[in-house]
Amino acid sequence: MSIDVRLPNILRPATGGRATVQADGGTVGEVFADLVRQFPDLKLQVLAEDGGLHRHLNVFLNDDDIRYLGKLDAKVNDADTITLMPAVAGG
Amino acid sequence: MLRLTQSVYARMVGHCYDGLPLEACGLIGGDPATAKATLCYPTANVAASARVYTVDPRDHLLADRDAEAQGLELIGVFHSHTHTDAYPSVTDVAEAPDPTWHYLLVSLRDIAPVVRSYRIVDGKIAEEPIVLE
Repeated sequence: MSIDVRLPNILRPATGGRATVQADGGTVGEVFADLVRQFPDLKLQVLAEDGGLHRHLNVFLNDDDIRYLGKLDAKVNDADTITLMPAVAGG
Repeated sequence: MLRLTQSVYARMVGHCYDGLPLEACGLIGGDPATAKATLCYPTANVAASARVYTVDPRDHLLADRDAEAQGLELIGVFHSHTHTDAYPSVTDVAEAPDPTWHYLLVSLRDIAPVVRSYRIVDGKIAEEPIVLE
């Protein structure tokens, strides 16, 4: 299924400036795989070398952090929205 | 230059004091074209530390949505330094998430708070003036 993926400003150059794109998949991981297939410049910014989530990225499936939904194994449904947010930290 | 409303300034500094003895943090929203912050989103510091901060991811999501609903966007982050200068640390520079953002530091080391703002781009720190409006 095709769902909306919303991107923060910092990632939009990789999508030609688009804030929302569509990607296909039945899980968050599959959606990410389609996302980086469509926009290869996103790969290093959203995925770690081991294929897991980039450590500086927070991912929400609708209102829920995917860390609590099974991370990349979280299932997605029609009308779901995935939102990517950069982690904000410092000291 | 970063323009802040009096309300944003007060809310930001108040949140930093409320967070003592730990570092406090939050986000500011506004119009990036004019660099005017009219929204202040105090957030939880999920690191719960006097030395580092991490903006609660869900607070960030909600702030982003709220700013967008008002036709604005998040334009920066603030956090407190409880015992050091209002200057970005090595950690602040390494973790800076967005080169277009404004990075506010609130030092609570002395009797009066010291607030400074910076741009952090490619590891380079540049202070910018703050104007209260």
